[in-house]
Amino acid sequence: MPDEIIVHGIEWTVKELFVYPNEYIYWSIQIVMYPYMTGLVAGAFVLSSLYHVFGQKQLKEIAQFSLVFSLALLPVAALPLLLHLQQPLRAMEPLLTPHFTSAIAAFGIVFTVYALIVLSEIWFVYRKYFVEQVHALKDQPGLSNAMRHMVYRILTIGAYDVDVDAIRVDKKAATVLAAIGIPVACFLHGYAGFIFGSVKANALWMSPLMPVIFIMSAVVSGIALCMLTYIVIREWQAFRRRRQGGILEASEIKGAEKHVIDSATRYLVGFLVAAISLEMLDLIFRGYTAMKSWDILRSVMYGKDFMNIFVLQYTLGNLVPFVLLLLPGRTMKRTVLALLLVLFGVFMMRWNVVIGGQAFSLSFSGYMHYEIPIIPHSVETFKEGLFGALTVISVPFILFWIINKFVPSLQRETSGE
Amino acid sequence: MTCSRRAFLKDAVGGTLASVLPLSAFTFISSAEAKAAIAESKVRWAFLVDTTKCVGCGLCVKACKNENEIPYDAEVTRTWVERYVITKDGKAHIDSPMGGRDGFTSMEIDGEEIEPDNIDKAFFVPKLCNQCDNPACVQVCPVGATYQTNDGVVLVDRDWCIGCGYCIMACPYGVRFFHPVHKVADKCNFCYHRISKGMEPACVECCSFGARRLANLKDPDDPVTKIITTERVAVLKDEYGTKPHVFYLGLDANVR
Amino acid sequence: MKWHVLRPLWVAIGLIGAILIARVFLVPDDFGVHGRNFTYGFHRLSNVQEWKDFPVKYQGREACVECHEENVHMLDASTHATVECENCHGPGVDHPDGVESLPLDTTRDLCLRCHAFLEYPNSARGDLLSIEDRRHRRRSECIKCHNPHDPKEDMR
Repeated sequence: MPDEIIVHGIEWTVKELFVYPNEYIYWSIQIVMYPYMTGLVAGAFVLSSLYHVFGQKQLKEIAQFSLVFSLALLPVAALPLLLHLQQPLRAMEPLLTPHFTSAIAAFGIVFTVYALIVLSEIWFVYRKYFVEQVHALKDQPGLSNAMRHMVYRILTIGAYDVDVDAIRVDKKAATVLAAIGIPVACFLHGYAGFIFGSVKANALWMSPLMPVIFIMSAVVSGIALCMLTYIVIREWQAFRRRRQGGILEASEIKGAEKHVIDSATRYLVGFLVAAISLEMLDLIFRGYTAMKSWDILRSVMYGKDFMNIFVLQYTLGNLVPFVLLLLPGRTMKRTVLALLLVLFGVFMMRWNVVIGGQAFSLSFSGYMHYEIPIIPHSVETFKEGLFGALTVISVPFILFWIINKFVPSLQRETSGE
Repeated sequence: MTCSRRAFLKDAVGGTLASVLPLSAFTFISSAEAKAAIAESKVRWAFLVDTTKCVGCGLCVKACKNENEIPYDAEVTRTWVERYVITKDGKAHIDSPMGGRDGFTSMEIDGEEIEPDNIDKAFFVPKLCNQCDNPACVQVCPVGATYQTNDGVVLVDRDWCIGCGYCIMACPYGVRFFHPVHKVADKCNFCYHRISKGMEPACVECCSFGARRLANLKDPDDPVTKIITTERVAVLKDEYGTKPHVFYLGLDANVR
Repeated sequence: MKWHVLRPLWVAIGLIGAILIARVFLVPDDFGVHGRNFTYGFHRLSNVQEWKDFPVKYQGREACVECHEENVHMLDASTHATVECENCHGPGVDHPDGVESLPLDTTRDLCLRCHAFLEYPNSARGDLLSIEDRRHRRRSECIKCHNPHDPKEDMR
């Protein structure tokens, strides 16, 4: 097997002026996707917990959905890393020999703990449903029913007690887990921010604000995605039922609930304000203190990356949706547009941090330009190119569709309420 | 119901603690036989680069590639030479074509022909891994694939590195890269396989001008150590707190 | 007490236990803290010896003088005394046992590394005799006229 001598990063890096010989854009699109996906996970979970822990009743419908969606997003958060690693077969090593001085090692543990919390919380919320399904499918004919019966039996983990006290205990446990899960979700995404913020060698990343900025924008993106998916699915379901015709109940043709969206929007705007304020603070401090790196940072931020940072991220991704969401007479269409822009804005924030941090050389005397591979012509240009990113973004929806078949999150009547 | 919740929490915490105790059986601490590795070493490797002697021939880069099996035409290298041409307008023109592998034979830098009358000063700066005392690259490795030996050299375990690239991002000096064939992190290791046998690193051996020299800081009779301790030397980017162990004579303020 | 609440906890503990057991098989026995502290010394100990065993390529002049006494002595007495044999002849590796003859680089490019004229003031480069490549016998190899083992000798 001929070993192809490809310098990792050379195909999508264009160097300008003086850049150290070994410098390339090593952390490319998949490392942009990874904090984006973990941010969606954390945000979806926080949204769900706002109902379970803080009793925000208006969020009940979306809470159920975002909890399950958070689970669908979880494996996808690890997918970009698997695609990025030069040795993906050794991916378990951070769990086997974690070097805890590294943020990435700690992340492996936090991620596992968080996954267990989400899985456990879903189990407590849906356990009654699982038991009901086991009984309902018990003697049903057909292979598909038998398989579903088996799946539900496994999902109950042998806990069939569904009397009143048991259900009450389930609910309490779910609440406790939702509460514990909030700091863990914050940790999960704070660590992603710490991974960047603690790299003193990188003049753009190095900042104590980085973990906090990441958490804030993570929650923003999570809430936005859940709201968006909730609206789309509800409207689609209502549309389908209306097309069927016949006599319909009012509740069947109602799409997304306005009060749910209003409530979620308030939280979204709050976190958005926090995220923007922190980023502005970081920028102002850098400009004011004008450290050694400021000259090159300024030329990157106000010059080469001006479009990416100020037009795409701050204006289109932050300011415009902010205005759209706060102007009176907000319609569902306007909300959807604002949510799409918010999701885009958070993605651009990740892009501007990861790629932006590699846009200038360690020498402070040169630049690197990232040309993302569009049409893949090798495994590497697929993994670290546009199609790799598209794969990552589409997998959660596929997973959600599969999980939803066993853990229905969009029905108006579920257990553990 | 309150007692159920309390009991639940108590059992949960207790159960977790109980599962942690057997962890002590899977300890990270080495056994007695490995204590020798922790023992004080009589050697601390360091390096002295004399930029006043370097002529930019690049034979060191070529030797390094041959000695350490870095693919010759790959645009990565364990060591490199930078050329600095400071013109009268105060501008620094810097280049390092292929890391200086083929030397510098033309006055052209970045497609620009520099007029000799316009030059204030010009010099060459060899660079390599600084084998820092506080290596940021080792600190950030998530799996313990890179580490520092007790004689100061930072090595990479090729069989354990997962190729995440965190060490490469963490190095302020840009000395690390992904090996194009082994697909793991790689960097200069002072030719550890040679210095452990009493030989010199390949780049030191092949430098005809004495611009590169190896030192053992713990040996007071080492002539290079004497230069480091008695003459005026500088290091690169000491503001990062890495405590680099490659010392420079004649390091100019323009050097990045 | 509804004990079923602890089921997920047992599953979690089982998973962690599985990882710890996997660790016994998948992690080499000599993996641990060998060195200063956990931060800088966490690694697989046997890797150090693996690096020490990495094959040496450049042998140094002492290895050449055994058979090539005449050339080495000539070189030692010349202005090229500090130029290593292997800079031009390539790394010795296991010559003459494995490789009968080393690939000698006779191109102009090799000599131009040092001897291409760069008009740099106050530079060590200026101390070397140098030529402007375009103006000095463009089509010939340098060694046609200049003896690399004794550059002052005229070979013409």
